Amino acid sequence: MARIEAGKLPVVRQLRQSVGLQRGMLVAGLVLTGLFVLVAALAPVLAPYGHSQLRDAAGPFGAQEPPSGRHLLGTTVGGYDVLSRVIFGAQTALLVVIASILASIVLGVALGLLSGYFGGWLDRVLVLVADAIYAFPSLLLAILGAIVISGGQSSLASGVGATALSITVVFVPQYLRVVRVEVLRVKGEAFVDAARVIGTGSWRIMTRHVLRNAVRTLPLIVTLNASEAILTLAGLGFLGFGIEPTAAAEWGYDLQRSIADVTSGIWWTALFPGLAIVVVALGMTLVGESLNDLADPRLRTRVRAASASTSPSTVAEDAR
Amino acid sequence: MSTPVVQVRDLDVTFATDSGPVHAVDGVTLDVAPGEVLAIVGESGSGKTVTAKAVLGLLPATATTRGAVVLASRGGGATDVVTVPAARLREARGRDVAMVFQEPSTALNPVYTVGWQIAEGLRAHGPVTSAQARVKAVEALRQVGIPDPEQRVDHYPHQFSGGQKQRIVIAMALALGPALIVADEPTTALDVTVQAEILDLLRRLRDETGAAIVLITHNMGVVADLADRVAVMYQGKLVEQAPVLDLFANPQAEYTKLLLAAVPRVGDGRARAERRAAARQPGWEDAAPVVEARDLVITYPGRFRQPAFTAVDGVSLRIRPGEVLGLVGESGSGKTTVARAIAGLQPVADGSLSVLGAELRGVKGRVLRALRPRLGFVFQDPATSFNPLLTIAECVAEPLVVHGRFGSPGAARRRVDELLEAVQLPRAYGDRFPHELSGGQRQRASLARALALDPELLVADEPTSALDVSVQARVLELFADLQRQLGFACLFVSHDLAVVDLLADRIAVMHRGRLVEEGTGPDVLEHPREDYTRRLLASLPVPDPAAQRARRAIT
Amino acid sequence: MRFLLIIPTVFILVTTVFVLMRATGDPITAALGGRLTPDQLAERIHAAGYDRPILVQYVDYLGAVARGDFGTTLSDNRPVTQVLVTYGSATLELAVYAVIVAIVLGVPLGMLAAYFRDRWPDAVLRILAIFAYATPVFFAGLLLKLVFAVGLGWLPVAGRVSTDGEIAMQQAHATSGFMLVDAIRTGQPWVVVDVLQHAALPATALGLLTAGVFLRLVRTNMIGTLGREYVDAARSRGVRERRLVTAHAWRPALIPIITVVGLQVAMLLVGAVLTETTFEWRGLGFQLAQYLQARDFVAVQGIVALMAVVVAVTNFLVDIVAALVDPRVRY
Repeated sequence: MARIEAGKLPVVRQLRQSVGLQRGMLVAGLVLTGLFVLVAALAPVLAPYGHSQLRDAAGPFGAQEPPSGRHLLGTTVGGYDVLSRVIFGAQTALLVVIASILASIVLGVALGLLSGYFGGWLDRVLVLVADAIYAFPSLLLAILGAIVISGGQSSLASGVGATALSITVVFVPQYLRVVRVEVLRVKGEAFVDAARVIGTGSWRIMTRHVLRNAVRTLPLIVTLNASEAILTLAGLGFLGFGIEPTAAAEWGYDLQRSIADVTSGIWWTALFPGLAIVVVALGMTLVGESLNDLADPRLRTRVRAASASTSPSTVAEDAR
Repeated sequence: MSTPVVQVRDLDVTFATDSGPVHAVDGVTLDVAPGEVLAIVGESGSGKTVTAKAVLGLLPATATTRGAVVLASRGGGATDVVTVPAARLREARGRDVAMVFQEPSTALNPVYTVGWQIAEGLRAHGPVTSAQARVKAVEALRQVGIPDPEQRVDHYPHQFSGGQKQRIVIAMALALGPALIVADEPTTALDVTVQAEILDLLRRLRDETGAAIVLITHNMGVVADLADRVAVMYQGKLVEQAPVLDLFANPQAEYTKLLLAAVPRVGDGRARAERRAAARQPGWEDAAPVVEARDLVITYPGRFRQPAFTAVDGVSLRIRPGEVLGLVGESGSGKTTVARAIAGLQPVADGSLSVLGAELRGVKGRVLRALRPRLGFVFQDPATSFNPLLTIAECVAEPLVVHGRFGSPGAARRRVDELLEAVQLPRAYGDRFPHELSGGQRQRASLARALALDPELLVADEPTSALDVSVQARVLELFADLQRQLGFACLFVSHDLAVVDLLADRIAVMHRGRLVEEGTGPDVLEHPREDYTRRLLASLPVPDPAAQRARRAIT
Repeated sequence: MRFLLIIPTVFILVTTVFVLMRATGDPITAALGGRLTPDQLAERIHAAGYDRPILVQYVDYLGAVARGDFGTTLSDNRPVTQVLVTYGSATLELAVYAVIVAIVLGVPLGMLAAYFRDRWPDAVLRILAIFAYATPVFFAGLLLKLVFAVGLGWLPVAGRVSTDGEIAMQQAHATSGFMLVDAIRTGQPWVVVDVLQHAALPATALGLLTAGVFLRLVRTNMIGTLGREYVDAARSRGVRERRLVTAHAWRPALIPIITVVGLQVAMLLVGAVLTETTFEWRGLGFQLAQYLQARDFVAVQGIVALMAVVVAVTNFLVDIVAALVDPRVRY
C-alpha cells in the first residue's frame, strides 16, 4: 500500500519546496538535530570521562576546576567533568524525547480518533479532561507525574521512564485535541460521506479513510513538542526532579547545581549545559517552525518569477 | 470616441509556483470607453481575474507583470499601473479605478462597521472630518439601495444579508466616484433572484454615474444582460472582442462558438423529455415508486438549547423506476438535505421516506446497509469526494470490495477498467491520484464509482456546479447516455433551471424547505403556477442579449 | 453557555491534583518517613486523618478547598492559604512585569515582522524570537546574572529588594507585598530605584521568553489577516500599506491573539516558577521549589492547585474579553 518515493518522504519533500530563509532554517534545524542525535549515540566514544567519574589514574578531579587541558570545560561543584556530563546529557535527553513522544502519539492518536469519530458522551468527557489538563501549567503537571511515578529521584532507566511518562501526561491532551479536530474535519469531507453512502463499515472508514488523512499534521507537532520535551526535562531537573547525578547526566540538574557558582563568578558549570539545551531546543524548534510554515500556504515563501524581470511596481512596493 | 478610461497594452503576467512559472495572461490588449460595460468572459484558468487585478495593480508578489495598463485620471493625465511608483498607484486606486469582489462576505472586514470601512477609503485620499465621512457614507449606502442608511451605517457586515453585503461593497467602490469599476464575478456567490437585483443596480449606477464597468464573469446570461461589449479569454489569451449582439449572433473564434454552444438554455430539454415520455410503456406509472416521500420533515439539531432548524418541511414527492426527477432551488432551500436523506446520510425527523421499498424513518443500520449497494451518490465537489491518499482505481473499487464482490482493489481492477471506460476515462487514469485529474475527469470517476454496483437509484447533488460550462456540457451528456443505457432512476439536484431541464423528466422546485411546484419541464418552465417559480424564471438571465433586452423592457 | 464550563474545569483540576498527589501514599510518610519511627509515623498519620478511607478524605478536602482552606504545611507548619497569599503577590508582580516586557517588545515587533514578511527584518526578528523560546528561562536568567550582576556589577544578584529598602518599607508601614507599590508609598525615590533594579533581570529573563512567543503569535496572525480579501479590498480603495497593517489587519488578528495569549498564562506561571528559583525571588515558585526539596506535599498540593485554578480562571476571563472584541459575538 505504501507508495513511498523520495519526493514523498515528509522532510525531503519540504526541503525541496522550501526557499530562502525557510530553507536556511530547515537546514540549520536538521543539522543541529542531527548533531544532537549523533552526539547522543556516540556519547561513550566522544566523552573523555564517564558521567559520574570523579577521579582518573592521575588522582581526583577536584571541584570547580576552571577549563584546562585535563578538563576542557572545567569540573562541577560535585567534581564531575563538565564536558563529559554535557555529552552524556544528550543521551538522556534523546531517550526522554523519543520515549515521551512515542507514548504520546500512540495514546493521543488512539483517543483522538475515537473521540472525534464517535463523538457522544465519550468525546465530551475526553475533551473536558483534555482541556482541563491542557490549561494546566505543563511543568507543574510533569512534577506531579514525577512524584507519582518515581517519588522524585531514580536511576537512568526508571528516571528516564518516569520523566518521559510525566511529559507524556502533558502531551497526550495536545495530540488528542489535534487529532480530534483533524478527524472532525476529515469526517466532514465529502469522501467520508462517499464511503458511508457506499456502505463502508465504521472500522474501515476510520482506518482507511480517516486515520491517514487526519495524522498528516503530526510530524510538525512532533518536532515542536520535541523541543518542549527537552525544555520540560531540563525544568524538572532544575527543580530537583531529575535523575540522580550518579545514574545519568542531566543538563537541568547540572544547571540547578550551578546557581550558586554563578554568584561567585564561576561561569563554566552553567554555560555549557545551558548552551547544550539551547542548541538542541533551537534545532528542533527550527525544524518544527519551518515545517509549520511550509505546511501553511499562507506562511510559505515562494520563489518569485524570474527575478530579473520583476516589474518596477513590485520593486517599488518591496522597497518601502 | 473619447479617451478610453483604461488602455491595456500587451499585458503579460507570469506567476511563480511550485511547479515552475505559470503564464497566466499572455499579450492582452484592450480598451474601455467611458460609461461602457465590457465583459471579460472565460472559464477557470483563462486569466480573466488576473487581468482584472492587474488593472488595479493588486497582483501578489509572486507575479511578474509586463506591458502597460494606462488609467485615465479624472483631472486629465494618465497612470501606468505597471510602472508607476507605489505611492502614485495608491492614489489612483479608489479615485480612478475601484473594484467589486466576488465574495462580499470576505471582502468586508468583519470587525469594523460598514460606515468606518467606507470612510477609510475617503480618508486615504485627503483629509475629511468624521462628520463629513459619515454623511458621505450614508449617501453612498442610500445610492446602492440600503434601507435606513442613517442607522445601517453603524452596523457590522454580519448584520446584513448576502445581497446587501454586495451592495455595500459596490457602495465602497463608488465612494470616490471613479471613472472605472472592475467587478470580478460580482454575482457568482449569490442566488439568481439576488443576482438579478445586483445586475439591475450595476446597470442603474452606470447610467447615473457614467462609470465604465469591466465585468469579469463566466456566466453568459450575465453577459447578455449587462454587457455592451465582450472580450473572450482562453488560456491567457484574448481570442475575440466584439459588441455583445454581434458576439452572440455571429461568433468568430472557434472557442467562442464552443463556449456558446455549451451554455444550457431553458427549454432545450423539451424535445428530449417528450421523446422519452412517448417511449414509455403504458402503465409504467403504476410501478412501485423507487423513492416516495410523504410529508417529509428533516431538522438539524440546534446548538446550545437553540431550537432545531427545520431544513425540509413537509415535502412529498415520488420517483418511479427509470425516471429522472430534477430538484431545483436556491441556497438554503433544503434540496441538498432531501438528497442526503434519500441516501441515508441525514435522519428523517417526521413524515415518511421510503427508498427502494425500505422506510428510512428510524431505519436500522442493518436495513440501511442492505440498501447501500442498490443506491449510488454523486457529490457536488469532485475535488473533495475522493480520498486524496487512494488512487482512482482504489476509490472506484471501494464499493465492490466493501460489498464483497471482490477481495481486494487489485482483484476488482478488470471491473474498474470497464467502469472507467463506460465514463470515457482512459484505463491508465486508474493509477493516478485524484489531484492529478481535472475537475471534469474527477466527476466522471465519481460517476463510475456511483455506478459500480449497477444501482437502481442514483442521487446526484449538484454534480456539475463546480465545473466550467464546456466541461459541464460533456458531463451532462455522458450522464444522459448512461441513464438511457442503464435505466436507473435518478434524483438530480441543481440550482440551475437550465441544467435540470436538460436531463429531467419532471422538475420539482423547492423554496425555504417546502416543495412549491412540481410537474413536467414544459409545465413548470412555460406555465409556472406559483409566484416563486415565476420569480425564479424571471431572474434567470437568458444567454441571448436580444431576448434578454426584450425581457427587461417588459418588466 | 460555554462559560459555565469553568466550574467542571476547576473541579477536574482540583481532583486531578488530589488524585495524583495521593496516588503515592500519604504526605506524612513522604515528608518524614525514615526520620520518625513507624509508631510515631502511624500516630501522626492518624492525627492528620490520613488513615481514613480515601473518598472520605477527598470529600473533606473538597469542602476545605471550597472554604479556602488548603491545609497546613508539614515542613514549617504554616497554613497553606497564608503561604499562597504571602507569596502570591510576589509571583503576580513578576508576571505583570514580564507581560509588560512581552507586550512592549513582542506586539510591535510581531507587526513589523509581518509587514516586512520574508525580507531581512523579518528574518532577524524570527531568529531572535526562536532563540527566545528555545532558551530555558533559568538559563537565560543565569546568563543575565553572570553578565550584568556578577560580571559588570550593575544590578543585584538576587532578591526583590535590599535590606535597607526593606527597612524603609517597614518604617513606612508599606507591606502590601507588591514591592513597587510599597516602594512608592515610602516616598523615597531610592527605594523605588532599588526595587526596579532588583526586578530588572528576572523581568527581562521571563519577559524575553514571553516576548518571543508573542512575536510569533502576532506575526502569524497578522500574515493570516493581511492575506484576507478585505485587506485587498481596502488596498483597492487606496488605503496606505501602513494603515492596512495597523488597523485593517490588526483588529481581526487581535481576536485569535487574545485567545492564545490566555493560554500563555500557564506557560508564564511555569516560567515564573523557574525564574524565581534562579533569582531567589521569594514568590510561589520559589516556595514551591523549596517545598519540593523538603518533600512537603501538602504545601505542593496547595500551590499547584492554586496555580491551576488561576490559569483556568484567566483563560475564562480571556475568552470573555475575546468575545467582547468580536462584534460577531457581541451583536
